[in-house]
Formats: sequence, C-alpha cells, structure tokens
Amino acid sequence: MAKITTGAINPEPGSSKKYKTGSWRNMKPVIDFNKCTKKCLFCYEYCPDSAVEKTKDGPKINYDYCKGCGICAYECPKEAITMEQEEK
Amino acid sequence: MVEETLANEDQSKELFSCGHRGCAGCGEAIAVRHVLNTAGPNTIASICTGCIEVMTTGYPETAWEIPLIHAAFENSAAIASGIDAALIAKKKREGINVIALAGDGGTFDIGLQALSGMLERRHDITYICFDNEAYMNTGIQRCSSTPYGASTTTSPAGTQSIGEDKDKKPIAAICAAHDIPYTATATIAYYRDLEKKVKKAMEIKGPCFIHIFAPCPTGWRYPSEKTVEISRLAVQTGVFVLWELEGPDFNNINITKKPKQRKPVEEYLKLQGRFRHLMNKPDEIAKIQKMVDEKCSRYGF
Amino acid sequence: MKLIVRGNEATAVGAKLSRPDVIPAYPITPSTLFPEKISEYVANGELDTQFITVESEHSAISACIGASATGVRTCTCTASQGLALMHEMLFIAAGMRLPIVMPIGNRALSAPINIWCDHQDTISELDTGWMQFYAEKNQEALDLVIMAFKIAENKYVLLPAMVGLDAFVLTHTMEVVDVPDQKDVDDFLPPYTTSASYLDPTKPATVGSFGTPEYYMEFKYAEELAMNAAEKVIDEVFAEFKQKFGREYKKINTYKTEDADIILVTMGSMSGTARATVRQLRKDGKKVGLAKLTVLRPFPEKELLECAQHAKVLAVVDRNISFGFGGRVFSEVAGKFINRATKPLITNYVVGLGGRDVTINDYKEIVADSENVMNTGKVETQTKWINVKKENL
Repeated sequence: MAKITTGAINPEPGSSKKYKTGSWRNMKPVIDFNKCTKKCLFCYEYCPDSAVEKTKDGPKINYDYCKGCGICAYECPKEAITMEQEEK
Repeated sequence: MVEETLANEDQSKELFSCGHRGCAGCGEAIAVRHVLNTAGPNTIASICTGCIEVMTTGYPETAWEIPLIHAAFENSAAIASGIDAALIAKKKREGINVIALAGDGGTFDIGLQALSGMLERRHDITYICFDNEAYMNTGIQRCSSTPYGASTTTSPAGTQSIGEDKDKKPIAAICAAHDIPYTATATIAYYRDLEKKVKKAMEIKGPCFIHIFAPCPTGWRYPSEKTVEISRLAVQTGVFVLWELEGPDFNNINITKKPKQRKPVEEYLKLQGRFRHLMNKPDEIAKIQKMVDEKCSRYGF
Repeated sequence: MKLIVRGNEATAVGAKLSRPDVIPAYPITPSTLFPEKISEYVANGELDTQFITVESEHSAISACIGASATGVRTCTCTASQGLALMHEMLFIAAGMRLPIVMPIGNRALSAPINIWCDHQDTISELDTGWMQFYAEKNQEALDLVIMAFKIAENKYVLLPAMVGLDAFVLTHTMEVVDVPDQKDVDDFLPPYTTSASYLDPTKPATVGSFGTPEYYMEFKYAEELAMNAAEKVIDEVFAEFKQKFGREYKKINTYKTEDADIILVTMGSMSGTARATVRQLRKDGKKVGLAKLTVLRPFPEKELLECAQHAKVLAVVDRNISFGFGGRVFSEVAGKFINRATKPLITNYVVGLGGRDVTINDYKEIVADSENVMNTGKVETQTKWINVKKENL
C-alpha cells in the first residue's frame, strides 16, 4: 500500500502501468507477420489499452496489458491476427 | 482500404497509459487515447465522474500522462473555466490546451448548465463529450443521450415498454446554437477524422465542442471485438452523422463522412443486445429507419 | 485610511487587498455587492484579477477549485441558498486541500424563503472541512478575509475558509473601517505559492483521485490533522496581525468572564447587543459575562474550557436550529464538557431566526432563565426559543 499524498494528488503520471491487466484475458491475439503489412497499424490505433506498441519491425503486442478484447484481430484488414486460447 | 498512418513514430508520446481498469473493448478508452495523443503533452484536462474517471484514477494509480483534475459529476466545464482563468492570471495561457472531458452522463443532463455557461463566457476551452448513450458507470441507466428503442436499466424493454421512448437530445446542435467557433461530431472508427477535428479545435481560440460517439460492449451488450465495427456501422447507416460546423449557421455544415449508400439501420441494431427486443418488431425497426432517414435528409443525404 | 462601507464592501476590500488571481462569483442577496464591487474594481483597473461571472454558485465554487488547483489564490462569496447549492463541492474543496476563501452573508435558509440574517447557512456546513470565522463588525469582516487567506494557505493547513457576516445587519449597514495599506497587506500576505502547483504540464499530476476503502480513511485523517494544525496557525496569524495592524483577534473574545457566574456564548453581530446587556446587568450587580466565538472551526476547545472554568452556567445563544435536537453551537459546547469532572450547567436559547431582531430584553430574559437554572441546579428544558409569537401558531 502506498503512502497518501496531500489531497489525494497523484504525482506519478502513468502509474497505472503498475497494474498488469494482461491477467484479465482468456484469449490472446497473435500476429502472423507473413500477413501483417507492418504499415497500417490499425491494431495500434484501435487498442483501448495502449497495449500495441509501434516498433521499427511493425506492431508489437504488450501481453502484460492486453485484455484480449479482440478488436485488433477483428479490425486487421489482412486477417493477420488470430485470437488464441490463453494457456494458464 | 489501408490508410497510411500519419501517427508519429515517437512511442513515448502515448499520453493515455496502459494498466487502466476499463472494460475489454472500451470505446471511450480508444477515443481518449486519440484525443490526448492529438492534444499533446501541453494540455490540462478536467474530467467528470464517470467510466473514464473511475477506471483511470484509482489511487495510487493514474493512467494520465498529462495534468488532470477530477472534482465532481456535473461541472467539468466549470472547473475548466477556473483553470483557463488561472492560467491567464499567471500569464501562462499561451501554448497550453485546456480541455474539459465528460461522458454523456456528465454532459447531456446534469452537466448542461456548466457547459452552457462555459460556452457563453467564451472560454478558450474544448469540451469533449464521450457518448456511450447511458449512465454507464452506475450500471447502464438511461440518459437523454439514450436513443429510441434502447433498453437500459431505467428504461427497460418489457411487455408494456419499447425501452427508451424518446430520441437523443441533439447536444452538438445545442452547443452550436451558442454561436461558438467550432462544433463537431466524431467517432472512433474514423480516428483520422476524429484527430483532425480535435487538432482543429485545439488551434481555434474560443470555446469548441466535440461529440464523440463511443460504443460500450458492457452496456450495449455485444462481444468486445465489435466496438470499432459498431462505431463504423453507426456512420454507415446514418445513425450517427459525422459533421463539423464553424459558427451557428447550419447552412455551413460540413459532413465529413457521407456514406454513398446508407446501410439499413437494422444492420447496426441487430449486433447489440440492447436492441434485441426490437428484432421481432419490424414496425419499430421501420420507425427507427424513418427517424434516421428524416435526420439524414436534414443533413442533406 | 478610513472608509465608511457596508459589510459586503468591507469583504470586497479585504479580498482586493489580498490580490486574488481569479474570482468567480454569482450574485445572491445579501452578498451581491461583493461581485458588484469586484467587477467595479476590475473595470477601473484597481484590481488585476480574472473575474468570472459564472452561471450558478455551484459553478462558482467549481471554478474556484479549478483555479486553486492551477496554483493561484482565489475566492468567491455567497450566502444561504447559494452556499447550500455548493454543498457537495465544499467537501471536495476541503478534501482536495485547496485554500479557497469565501465570505458568507449569513442568511436564513428556505423554506419559507427569507433573506435576513441567521447562521443556519454556515452552521449547516460545519462538517465540510472548511474553517469558519464569524465577524461581529464590518472591520472584523475585512480583517478576517485577509487573515483567512494567510491561515488557509499555510502549508500545514491547506484548508478552505469561510468568513460569516450577518445579512443586512452587517452586509448592508455602513460602518467606519480602517483599511490597511496595500503595502502592509502585501508584507503580511505574500503571493500564494504552493509546493505542488498541481495542474502544470511540466509536472503532470492527477488531482482528485478515486479513493478506495484501502486509502480513504487516511486521507480524511490527514484532513483532520490539518484542522488540528490550524489551531496553532490561527493563533500565530492573529498575533502577527495585531503586531502589524494593531487590532487584536482571539478565537473567543471574552468580556467580563473572569468572575462571571453566567456566561453568554454568542456569535456574529448579536454579540454587540449581548455585550451591552452584560454592561447593564453588571450595573445591577449581576455577575454575567460574554464569550464571543470568532472561530468555530477548528472548534476552540482549549479557549472555551479556559474562559468557562469558573462559570456556573453557560448560556449558549444559537442563531440556528438543528431540528429535533436544539442549537448546534450548544451541542458542540456541551460536547466539549461532557467528560470533564467539573462542568457548568449549559442552557440553550434559539434566537433571531430569519432576521428577527435579538434585543437587550431577549438577553435579559435569557439571563433570568439561566439564573433560575443556576439557583435550582437543574436544566428543565434544554433548548428554549426566545421571542416566538406562540399566539400566531
């Protein structure tokens, strides 16, 4: 548990990263880079959780935070993302 | 058609952090991301009580990388007015965007007074309303943003009820009627259009209003992967029209996404559990189609 | 410099001297002259402030919160229904530890609607976390506004403050006030700086978090500690004010209490009438005294126990009513004595609601009743209403 601040001010922007929402998901998106164009980045644009990172080599899913909502897989114009059962 | 991305390559500019407690597939979260990334780090936001506030500011975590204040439910616009004045007093107003964010809950009904006051006083504030068409955070109660025929927990469909029996309050038109420099509607499926409108509002000195349509998988009852699809269908069927307007004269309206051939409204309704009770009522669907047709003809398509 | 001003204007002068950067305000009787004067000062270039004519009192306090959270000095002014409309935001301002100052033209609450004075409006906000000061005269109103800023902005306090002044009796009555020099006030009250200029893009922070059961109580406890710290800070600021401007303020102003058997406990302008009554009754040989509360939050427990230590009866005069219980100040005074080995009898009188005049005869009736209690040693009726025309009921 954290110490409290005056007036419940939170001076640590982006501290929500401490909570790994990746534990929420049942299905996880997997990118097939044979199909991915690495250019459109719809998966990045449409992710509600900022869990897709743009890298030089195309999109990279951050599984620490991905909730498995499936939007990226649904929206991918090349059907390059499939939702696979999460192995626990 | 694949759009070439205009997004900048600097990953560190992601101003809405991961790790927030939003539902999987949250449409509002997608919208907030695009708004913040467009507004940039020189932005101060005031938000009101609602889904976004609750899911992003649980002490000691915050998903916001920009300065943010949350105080109460109905006064995002009034708080932002104070921020605007304080920055002017400190002679630090130049180059800082002041934005007031709120859900439809905090805008259409309880927030309307503060919003109207802010617009009337001509503060240099962009007010952005994230509309998921009900008081979602408290459990899907109807709001004046709830469309005709939707089932919510305070306007449930039943043997004696069609669900919500009134159509949406035309919030963007109400704001435009305040004679403000810029009013626009946007939605997440067309994020480039959304970003352009946010950028324009940031650049205009004076009060601006942007109404963002943001589907909610929990409240509208559809599988989470369809959030963007439903947002797209809303535009393709004419249920939600994307426009922008400078000043109050609707003769100058610019429709930014005009479907060549509008899809039948049923394609939009049938995907959502909140309209399921209408599926065996072709009369009601025809009624909704007629309402959409009339609205679109007023917009010229 | 001496001026003849209404109490409202006195608070506007006090505010002007304190150099707030942002003043959002909404008019309401009897406080309306405050925003009117401020707008005049701004229009004539006498005050460099952002004056916002908000569309309701709720938005006034909201804009104060937004401004204060952006790191500037701010104030507003209201009364009665306006204060009641602000209610939810008062807790929020205090919880967010924002040093907002607000003169309140103490006015009765509807229904029935009434614009004249009693203390119901501010008394109804005792639990909000705001400090509360009460003025007996226009001079006090002016001075207390300036001091309120200094106390509120102290880094161990950081709580907002209300300054109550009675509707019409003070707000609309002209009295001579001594207006301090701007230079001296600047010296006494330097520009507002906060250790966390919260809303600042160069140091992003989230102001106003969502506090779960794991954390909420600690936030509230910290707020209570701040109220406790205010007790000492108030004494220090009062002392500094006396040194600089020559006028002495105390949390409880006592008059002839040292040997008093019966002490009247009052607040606000009716204290003047009480003092006059004490003088008259002393001539008749009655040992009465007056304890006037200038500070109600934080509750001046130490000072109360000290001034009442030899009294036989405390006659608490409430210009408010907590329906189903009695007067609020009475309940607080009584509460502070309850565990003490020796305590005076404590009587309670409700007076002056909705602007009904509180007269010397009323006080004589109160003292006579308290004398009776003193002689019998019994309080038969806890709370008595004075000057109610029961024949009209």
